[in-house]
Amino acid sequence: MRQAEVVIIGAGPAGLAAAKPLLDVGAEVTLIDRSAMLGGQLTKQTHMFFGSEKQHASKRGIDILKLMVEAIETYPNLTVLTETTVVGLYADKVVSCVKDDHYFKIQAQYILIAAGASEKSLPFENNDIPGVYAAGAVQTLMNVYGVKPGDRVIMVGSGNIGLIVSYQLMQAGVQVPLLLEAADTISGYLVHASKIRRLGVDIRMNTSIKRALGETSVEAAEIWQLDENWQGIEGTETIIPCDTICLSVGLAPLTELLQQAGAEVKYVRELGGHVPKINQHYETSLDAVYACGDVAGIEEASSAMISGHIAGIEIALKAGYTVANANDILPRLRHDLRNLREGPHGEKIRIGLKKLGVA
Amino acid sequence: MIEKTGIASLEQVKQEFPDKVVLKKPKAIIECYKEIPCNPCHTSCPFEAIYIPEDINVRPKIDFDKCTGCGICVYNCPGLAIMVTQIKDGKIAMRIPYEFTPLPEVNQTVYVVNRAGERISEAKVTRVQISEKQNKTALIAIELDEQYLYEAITIEVHHGS
Amino acid sequence: MRIDKHPILDFSSRKKIRFTFEGKEQYGFEGDTIASALHALGVKHLSDSIHKKRPRGFYCAIGNCASCNMIVDGIPNVRTCITPLKEGVDVRMQEGKGRF
Repeated sequence: MRQAEVVIIGAGPAGLAAAKPLLDVGAEVTLIDRSAMLGGQLTKQTHMFFGSEKQHASKRGIDILKLMVEAIETYPNLTVLTETTVVGLYADKVVSCVKDDHYFKIQAQYILIAAGASEKSLPFENNDIPGVYAAGAVQTLMNVYGVKPGDRVIMVGSGNIGLIVSYQLMQAGVQVPLLLEAADTISGYLVHASKIRRLGVDIRMNTSIKRALGETSVEAAEIWQLDENWQGIEGTETIIPCDTICLSVGLAPLTELLQQAGAEVKYVRELGGHVPKINQHYETSLDAVYACGDVAGIEEASSAMISGHIAGIEIALKAGYTVANANDILPRLRHDLRNLREGPHGEKIRIGLKKLGVA
Repeated sequence: MIEKTGIASLEQVKQEFPDKVVLKKPKAIIECYKEIPCNPCHTSCPFEAIYIPEDINVRPKIDFDKCTGCGICVYNCPGLAIMVTQIKDGKIAMRIPYEFTPLPEVNQTVYVVNRAGERISEAKVTRVQISEKQNKTALIAIELDEQYLYEAITIEVHHGS
Repeated sequence: MRIDKHPILDFSSRKKIRFTFEGKEQYGFEGDTIASALHALGVKHLSDSIHKKRPRGFYCAIGNCASCNMIVDGIPNVRTCITPLKEGVDVRMQEGKGRF
């Protein structure tokens, strides 16, 4: 069996940020991702980031990714396994993987799960036909592969992903006539909403999709208004021609591996679903198994970078390494993270963390 | 109501503008109506004209005496929520952020749109700024009638004309 | 369905990669996944569902949801949304669970 000191599962913003401090102290790090590219969702984020300079604010996600990869790629103590899917995780810290149709196991001393999240779907008639896509998936299709999802897209959901992807669809030359939101107010940042509204996107509250029309792919969306209990109101239906329906209706943490290994999880709606119970050092209920980033609760990429940085330092300390200035860096990072979670948009995560017993 | 439509009300917009006398010189107009954790406008301003405290969720405050209308905050704002405006000879000269292709050309006539995305006027492009440090957010300068001061927000480039 | 001009990204000058879809020769570009290459060709319908044989396209694009499973070089259940397109691969639509 292969041996590894630290295995990081997921090479998105959290995993990449965690790798750096571990590599700095000389730990042997194996970074695994099922995609062919490092960066997770950063690979498609063409927009400028929010936050402060410390989280590379104002830089585009794709450029932040380059900086993060450059910061680690030359370390001799780094092993990168891309196109590698972790198919099993066990409490004795055995990680089983599949790469190029070959199955192999890694015995790790420390494991960090930074697996991220997957996009949720929405129940409505015909929601399974081609042309009904997750908004983030469409963002990947456009910004990583240079392919348009269609010519005319209806966006469902007014969170930041829905708003940002609408804008990026238009940048790719795709029409976005309409964005629907079931709630009575826009849930993402208003600056993003204003940015697409002035480009002509009709943003409608208390409205949702009733069904998709089309045989083998989407030809139109039937939408309707919702009452205060989010129930569709008969008689308000309208049919809007489109070839793509994008769903931006939230994310769910990918905690399957943690659950398989027997880590304690708790369902916390505000954090997106089942999340691992972690302590303030980002360690799960399993010894030497850590979790950070969206898998530990859905937030923004800037928060994932900070939590990854903290988790990386915490693992280094637990493994007995001396981390220069850890006593200064850790409180500063925790402070920055708290700061990102302040304000009205951080309320959900604050409530969620309280329920989880972390905050 | 902006929370439901994405469109700021005229009242909200006016609150972000200084007195018209001040606009004889170009000034940044910041339309960041709700607290978000973000501060590049503050850290990018070379004149310390935009202030956000330690808690980066606090909305930016601009000191129009210090603002030179340089436009650096315009392309550094991740929300594309800043423009530069000036009134001269009964016309307004605006510089807005623009991230679409193709870029308009100088002297080209473009549509001016309001916050609801409706065409309200036409304007001539007077300058197109796209340097390396702007990192692909162009600044488009246009000139239009003063009556659109609180309405004009971006442009729509004519296609196929 | 390819993006020809983009204000932020540059997709020009990529190497062509040939493959076959349902026995017919097609091409995509270096950097494509199988699903992105097919989508660019206008192919959205990738498989049929297990019980009701309903059409399926991709959904998540991160290799998580199984909606894009296809038969690649005779092997079923390949997650085409994260599988890089390689020269000469044989791609076929999958019905249900697929068979070895």
